[in-house]
Amino acid sequence: MLTETDLPPDARAALGAALEGDAWEREFIAARRRVGREAAETFRVLLLRGARADAATVTRLYERGDAGERRAVLLALPDLPVGDAALPLVEDALRANDTGLIEAAVGPYAGRHLDQHLWRHAVLKCVFTGVPVAAVASLAERADAELARMLADFAAERAAAGRPVPPDVPTVLALTPPAATGQEA
Amino acid sequence: MRIFDPHIHMSSRTTDDYEAMRAAGVEALVEPAFWLGQPRTSVGSFLDYFDSLLGWEPYRAAQYGIAHRCTIALNPKEANDPRCVPVLDELPRYLDKDNVVAVGEIGYDSMTPAEDHALAFQLELALRHELPALVHTPHRDKPAGLERTLAVVAESGLAPERVAVDHLNEVTVARAADSGCWMGFSVYPDTKMDEDRMVRILKEYGLDRVLVNSAADWGRSDPLKTLKVGKAMLAAGFTDDDVDRVLWRNPVAFYGQSGRLDLDAPDEAVSDGTFEGNSILRGAPATPAGR
Repeated sequence: MLTETDLPPDARAALGAALEGDAWEREFIAARRRVGREAAETFRVLLLRGARADAATVTRLYERGDAGERRAVLLALPDLPVGDAALPLVEDALRANDTGLIEAAVGPYAGRHLDQHLWRHAVLKCVFTGVPVAAVASLAERADAELARMLADFAAERAAAGRPVPPDVPTVLALTPPAATGQEA
Repeated sequence: MRIFDPHIHMSSRTTDDYEAMRAAGVEALVEPAFWLGQPRTSVGSFLDYFDSLLGWEPYRAAQYGIAHRCTIALNPKEANDPRCVPVLDELPRYLDKDNVVAVGEIGYDSMTPAEDHALAFQLELALRHELPALVHTPHRDKPAGLERTLAVVAESGLAPERVAVDHLNEVTVARAADSGCWMGFSVYPDTKMDEDRMVRILKEYGLDRVLVNSAADWGRSDPLKTLKVGKAMLAAGFTDDDVDRVLWRNPVAFYGQSGRLDLDAPDEAVSDGTFEGNSILRGAPATPAGR
């Protein structure tokens, strides 16, 4: 989990000042100018957490945000008091093709709240777009026979086209129950 | 020759244009928010457009080694459409984004009361967000339009050196020069200015506060007009340094007043060769190597 110690001292000071004022959303938007490119994402996540941003706030920030702002919202969701009300943001990110958004969307919040059908498709999309499945939270707990079938079909399609099968396919197949391989018990 | 095109609508252009522009020396550009050649019907249409100016176009440009920045505004034409005017309430959030280097294009089209309101309101936003302003001058009734524009600018309190009045020509340049504003010239194949007329104006008025742009868009236009002006300047006896001043240092100085023109910054959007995962380099092998 990110903490203030992940920020350089000047960015930490900027975080404290932003949270004391009533205009932290403007600091969130202008993060790159305030603390530089390197620290901007951590700064944004900690701002959201420090402000205890609710579902309406994160929805507004996400919908009017650029890709950097959207990533920060997705990364902060597991630690915000939003229940499952921010699920539409995760689903929006999973419809995008931005690998940075997909990666941020498949973390612990999706692991807890995303339904099984959409979650399986999120894993497949990671494999398809090259997002490492290491980013997927709860992978071992949620990988099931249907996901194994989907990945096996994807691998067969790649093989038929003479294209390489991503190494994450066998990684995930190894996590699924033995029955998922199609063999009779 | 290094070139900064201070006004070009890349969302209407192709990757062939980006490739040709980079080969011609274009290393940076500003895409001002304007209309689409046909009317928008809702605020949402603007927001999608702003997302494009703040994301997709910078990514496309970066793939060709070009830094893409933008200006954000409600344009003069659509300031008259009640379906569009509410976008004014959305602007403050977008004017805070890191890639926004001015408020624009604002100004007059038909000089209506609705345009008066949008212009004054957005000049106020420029003051509040500490941004310069890019002001379009009307294509019809241009001298009267410029006069009214300069009056509203003076009343706004925005310093003239933080304002560029664009689409000037032989008829309007003297008045614009007197105002202390930056002077923008759009060089087109048929209309507005051409490169030889541009050189004559540079000879008469000098190089101070002059911005030369292609204003290329969805109409008949040429994204390489900046290069052609540079060549015409050299042929007319201007030095390489003169050309660099007009085509690079002047636009850097004008938009640099935003405090956000960080042209050296690495663009994280291109780190993996894709933007929103959708590689624009179609046909390139989609290998997730190393990922």
